[in-house]
Amino acid sequence: MNLLNKEIRNDFPVLTRSVNGHSLVYLDTAATALKPRQVVEAVAAVYEKIPANVHRGVHTLSRDATAAYEGARETVRGFLNAARADEIVFTSGTTGAINLVARSWGASELQAGDEILLSHMEHHSNIVPWKMLCEQTGAVLKIIPVSDDGELDMAAFHDLLGPRTRLVSVVHVSNTLGTINPIEEIISAAHEQGAKVLIDAAQSAPCLPLDVQALDCDFLAFSGHKLFGPTGIGVLYAKMELLEMMPPFMGGGDMILSVSFEEICYNKPPYRFEAGTPNIAGAIGLDRAIEYVQQIGFEAIHAHEQELLKAATAALEAIDGVRIVGTAKNKVAILSFVIDGVHPHDTGSIFDSCGVAIRAGHHCTQPLMARYGLPATARAAFSIYNTLDDVDRLVAAIHKVKEIML
Amino acid sequence: MNISDELYQATILEYNREPRNFQPLENATHVAHGLNPLCGDDYHVYLRVEDGVVQEASFYGHGCAISKASASMMTLELKGKTLDEAHELFEKFHGLLTEKQDQPEDLGRLNVFSGVWKFPERVKCASLAWHAMDSALQGDGVASTE
Repeated sequence: MNLLNKEIRNDFPVLTRSVNGHSLVYLDTAATALKPRQVVEAVAAVYEKIPANVHRGVHTLSRDATAAYEGARETVRGFLNAARADEIVFTSGTTGAINLVARSWGASELQAGDEILLSHMEHHSNIVPWKMLCEQTGAVLKIIPVSDDGELDMAAFHDLLGPRTRLVSVVHVSNTLGTINPIEEIISAAHEQGAKVLIDAAQSAPCLPLDVQALDCDFLAFSGHKLFGPTGIGVLYAKMELLEMMPPFMGGGDMILSVSFEEICYNKPPYRFEAGTPNIAGAIGLDRAIEYVQQIGFEAIHAHEQELLKAATAALEAIDGVRIVGTAKNKVAILSFVIDGVHPHDTGSIFDSCGVAIRAGHHCTQPLMARYGLPATARAAFSIYNTLDDVDRLVAAIHKVKEIML
Repeated sequence: MNISDELYQATILEYNREPRNFQPLENATHVAHGLNPLCGDDYHVYLRVEDGVVQEASFYGHGCAISKASASMMTLELKGKTLDEAHELFEKFHGLLTEKQDQPEDLGRLNVFSGVWKFPERVKCASLAWHAMDSALQGDGVASTE
């Protein structure tokens, strides 16, 4: 067996909580991951020991806070294997990072008729900012189709790529289907056409190693909270040559060198894009979360999650009237499903009464739901703290749903 | 928690399996669209109002058991009600859904929804068609529970 040692569960105090009379089974990691004690303690330590602002004071607390905050930037650099730490911009999350690119790079670079390629499986956060940008600039969206299994139609992608393509913005791992997309092929093909590429790594950062230099992507975004870190912190990686030419999109303190009423001189990247007091404790918590993940190692994480995915997939396939949505060859441990005759919202409520936390809904991927003719799905997402017992509880909850509803 | 007692009472499940008045109404005088963007519940509510009285009511669309049963029972309750009475019932039902009733008013078959207040995320499901109905009678046409 390739499963992680169950002792890992001791790092997540909430797992001892009883929910509706049952021990908690948390299968909603694709929405947000549980936080290990180590991260919670690191965040608390910021407020207890170095509760000062960064890049401002000359006093010791501020110096320590700045060192820890910039240390977190260096940790993220190493995590992504970026060439330089100043290619790492702290944002509020993946959504904040994508909006930053759309409003700064997109608004200054794109013109009417330029094309932005997205896939049909994008999260709303990788659709809406671009749609807004199209309305502002006259650029147009082109959509890479998705197969019945939940894989990108790569032949169609290559056909859609053209001289007007300026940006390809795609999700690395689908939050709804679990599909791992072939981003290496996407990036190299886009670059041949002179287009830039943004990778939404919100779901992949917690379970797959990322190397932005090997990938050669232009932008990459991920969130802290899906990586066992705090909410409200995320990362935009961008190549320095792009960051240098990108105008600021949010003004305020820390993003300037000098201000008068006549003239403003903007700071260099990444500070140009971090107006106002940043989420200092969030960045330091993320630093600790990355260290936590690296100590376990992606090889072990991947093996563990694949084992659970295999077991859960087989178990669900064996239940009459249950259909898995998303059966790509390369998947992470995200399992969307529907139970014939039962709305996923009812499934979610009954699961909750059994102590099993899943997501029920459209997963912020309404175009994808429309593609499959579904209003919603139930989604079970497995992570490092889940066990084969959790797969059994998932199966038992499905039987309970069928018993009540059918 | 026994969810069959608290939320999914037998009557609700029956209405979910075989909803009454579950079809569009051809000669409707009022139509409204109710949409819950959170979970995708999506219904049209149809009313035929004559002389200020609801003569017929129906609904069509898709959604969870709670939203479907609630919409179906609503169409049964509305028949014969004046517009003022319909609005008054909406307010009473909304009260039943959103807070524990110390002295609960008897709302007949709607009493099966008296446990919904314990599930705040499901209040929107139970009230969706009612919001649509109320906005239809106010002439707004679209209702959202978000």
